Amino acid sequence: MDRLRRLRGTHNEGILVAVILVVIVAMAVASPAFLTPSNFFALVRSSMVPLIFALGVLLIMISGGIDVSFPAIAIFAAYTTIAWSSEASFDPTIVGVFAIALVIGALLGLVNGAVIARFRLPTLIVTLGTQGIIKGILIAYIGSTYISAGKLPASVRDAADAHLVDIPGGGHLHAVIIPVVLVTALVWWMLRYTTFGRSIFAIGGDIEAARRVGIKVVRTQILLYVLVGALAAFGGMIYVILGKNANPQTLVGTELDIIAAVVLGGASIFGGRGSVLGTVLGVVLVQLINNNLVLVGIPSTWQRAAVGVLLIVGVGIQALAAARSKRRAPIVEEGSVA
Amino acid sequence: MTDGAVLRVQDIVKTYGGVHALKRVSLSLEPGEVHCLAGENGSGKSTLIKIISGVERPDSGTITIDGQAHDHMTPTGAIRAGVQVIYQDFSLFPNLTAAENIAMLSELADRRKLSSRRRIRAAAEAIVADLGLTIDLDADVEDLTVADRQLIAICRALVGEARVLIMDEPTTALTHSEVRRLFAIVRRLQERGVAIVFVSHKLDEVLQISQHVTVLRNGEVVASGPASEHTGRSIARAMTGRDVSEERHVDVVDADAPVVLEVEGLGRAGAFHDVSFALRRGEILGITGLLGSGRGEIADAIFGVRPADTGTITVDGTAHRIRSIRDAVRARIGYVPEDRLTQGLFLDKPIADNMVAASLDAYRGKALLLDRKRIAASISDLFARLRVKAPNVQAPVRSLSGGNAQRVVIAKWLDLKPAVLMLNGPTVGVDIGSKEEIFTILREQAASGMGIIVISDDIPELVANCHRVLIVRGGRIVSELAGEEIELDTIQERMAA
Repeated sequence: MDRLRRLRGTHNEGILVAVILVVIVAMAVASPAFLTPSNFFALVRSSMVPLIFALGVLLIMISGGIDVSFPAIAIFAAYTTIAWSSEASFDPTIVGVFAIALVIGALLGLVNGAVIARFRLPTLIVTLGTQGIIKGILIAYIGSTYISAGKLPASVRDAADAHLVDIPGGGHLHAVIIPVVLVTALVWWMLRYTTFGRSIFAIGGDIEAARRVGIKVVRTQILLYVLVGALAAFGGMIYVILGKNANPQTLVGTELDIIAAVVLGGASIFGGRGSVLGTVLGVVLVQLINNNLVLVGIPSTWQRAAVGVLLIVGVGIQALAAARSKRRAPIVEEGSVA
Repeated sequence: MTDGAVLRVQDIVKTYGGVHALKRVSLSLEPGEVHCLAGENGSGKSTLIKIISGVERPDSGTITIDGQAHDHMTPTGAIRAGVQVIYQDFSLFPNLTAAENIAMLSELADRRKLSSRRRIRAAAEAIVADLGLTIDLDADVEDLTVADRQLIAICRALVGEARVLIMDEPTTALTHSEVRRLFAIVRRLQERGVAIVFVSHKLDEVLQISQHVTVLRNGEVVASGPASEHTGRSIARAMTGRDVSEERHVDVVDADAPVVLEVEGLGRAGAFHDVSFALRRGEILGITGLLGSGRGEIADAIFGVRPADTGTITVDGTAHRIRSIRDAVRARIGYVPEDRLTQGLFLDKPIADNMVAASLDAYRGKALLLDRKRIAASISDLFARLRVKAPNVQAPVRSLSGGNAQRVVIAKWLDLKPAVLMLNGPTVGVDIGSKEEIFTILREQAASGMGIIVISDDIPELVANCHRVLIVRGGRIVSELAGEEIELDTIQERMAA
C-alpha cells in the first residue's frame, strides 16, 4: 500500500506517467510514424515554450493565485527587444538580448505583483486587466508588424539555427533545450530548497498564517511576480528563437492550455500544492495529444476537445480519489471546529 | 513585583473608527506564571493579543519585554523578542508537513535563505521529543486530527526561545483528556520559566491552571488578582457585570408526557451500533462522549446527513425512514450543526433571510408566491423571542458574535416548529452570558412541548441543563444518567473508562 502510494507520487505524478505510457503505446500501435526520433524531437521542441510558461503558472498557482498575463508579458518583452535592436541596427549578442527581454518581463511582473500584493486584489482579475493593457500598448506603441527571419538580429538568427543533434532526413534537437532544462531545474531547486520557495507554499496554504509566522507576504509576492514576469519573457524569447520570427499577434490566447497542463500536473487551483515534475508531465501529455492526434487519424479540429476531456477526466480522478480517501477514514475529528 | 516581569503592557489604548476597543489596559507577566485573560467576545482580549504580538499597532501605551520598551511591535520583532502566540485557529499550513510547520517560524526568525529538510526535521524532532509527544512529522497537517494540530502549534511556538506564550482559547476544540494533556504541557513549560497568557471562556479550566487572573470588559480591566482570590462565579460576574448561574436548573417533566422521539437499534457500520433511546416532550436530553466516540455521528444519522444502516426512528408515534436531510425535516426534526458558521448560516445574508431560510415553503400563498407580510411578522417575532442583539434584522450574520449567530440558527429551526430539536455543541465559541441565555431559550421551547437533544462535551453545561444524559463510548451508549446522578465527575469517569 505504502509502496503503491509512493509510486503514485505526492501529486499523482505516477498516474500521469502511466497515462503518458498508455497514450504512447496506443499511438505507436496506431501509427508507425509515431515512434521515430524525428517525431520525438518534434515533441520536445513543441513542449519547451509551454513548459517555461507552465513553470510560471505553477509558481503563481502554488502561491494561491492564477496568472493569465504571462503570454502578453512574453510577447511584449520578446517583440520589444527584437524590434528595438533591429530598428537601432544594434546586436547586443544573444546574452544581451535575453538580458533586455528579462528586464522588461521583470518590470511588467513588478506591476502585477505590486497591484496584487499591495491592494490585495484577486490575481485573476488583475492579470486579466494587465494582459489587455500590455497587449494594447504593444500593438499601439511598439509595433504591430511581423518581423521576419531576415530582419532578426544576427545573434538571434544564429541561435535559431543552433541544433544539438541533426537527424539525416529531417528532424533535429534544438540547442535551446539546454537553457530550458537549466531553468526548469532552477525552479525545482528554488521551490524545494530555498526559504523563498517554501514561503510560496506557505502563502498558498494560508496567507494569514504566513503573515503571522513572520513571512513578509507583500515582499514575497512582489518578488514572485517579478520572477514570473522574467520567466515569461524567457519563454517569449525561446518562442521567437524557435519560430525564427517575431509576431506581436501571437501567444495571447494560449494561456488556458498552459493552465490546463499545470492543473493536470497535480497543482491545486486553490493554492499550496504543485510540483515541477507534475508540471513537466502535464505539459508533455498535452503536447503529446496536440501533436499526434493527426498522426493517428483524428482530425485536428478535435485537439481542443481532447485537451478539454483530458483536463476534466484528469482533475475528476484526483477529486474522486481525494473524496474516497476521506470517506474511508475512520471516525475521528467529528469535533473539529478548527 | 513588576521588577522581574518578562512582559509589561502599560496604558494601551486602541480605537477602531472612534470606538474604544482598549482603554488604558495594563498587564504584567512574571516568568513561570500562567496568567489568565478572561472576557466575553468583544471585550478586547483579541485586540490586546494582536497588539502584543505586533499584528496591530496601539494608539498609545508601551509594551516592555525584558526591560526594553517598545511603543509598538512588528510580528517578527515580537517573535524575536520571544513572544509567541498560539491562535485559536492554530494558523498552520494545511499543505505542509508537520515538521515544516513546526520549524518554519524559527527558520524565518533566523533569516535563513536556504531551506534544509534535514535541519527542519531535526529541529522538529528535538522539540517533539523534548515535550514527550508523538506526532507523525511527515504527515501533512490537513491529514492530522485537531488535537495533533494543536500540539504542532505548541511545538512551533517553542522551537525558538519563547519567553512569553499566548494561548488563545486553546481548549475549544479539545476533549477532556486532551485538555488534561495540554495542561500537563503547560505546567512543564511553566517550570522552565515560560510565562503563559491563557485566554479562555471556560472558567473551571482557568481556575485549574492559572495563578493570576485579569478580566476585561468593554476594553477595560475590571478585575485583576491572584487566581486563589477568585471563583468561577466571581470571574463570571466580572466578565458580564451581573450574576450568572451555572447551577443545575431543570424544570420537572410531566411523568406522563408523550414520547416524541424514539430511536431503536440504530447503527452504521464503523461508526455506532445498537443505539436506542426515547425522548419525551418537554425533555432536554444530553448526549456526550469523547472526540471520536460517535456522539456526533448519531446526531448526523438521525438528521439524515449520513444515514444509519439499521434501526428505526419514530417521531410522534410515526415511524420514519430517514435517508436524507429532507426526510428528517419532513419528520419534523431540526438540527443545529456543530460548525454553524459553515453549515448553518448564510454569513453575508441578513439575519431576517437566515431566520426563514429553512421554512420558506410554509410561506407560499395561493399563487405559489411568498407571503411577505407573514414572513416579516415571523421574523420580528423570532428576533424578539430569541433576544438577538443586533441593530436590526437586516444586519448580516457575519457581523454577529458567536452567541447571537447561534440564536439565529436556532431561530431558523424554531420557525419550522419542529417536534425534536437537536443541537451539536450549541455553545462552542459562545461566551458565558450568552450561553446561559441560549439555554434559557431552549428551556422555554422544551416547556412548550418540544423535545430537545444537546450533544456537547461541555460537561458543566450538560449538568446544569439536562434532564437525562447519555454517554457514548466506542459507538455505543454505555451509560444513562438521570436526575441527581448527573454530575461532573461521574460523567467524566464514564466517558473515559
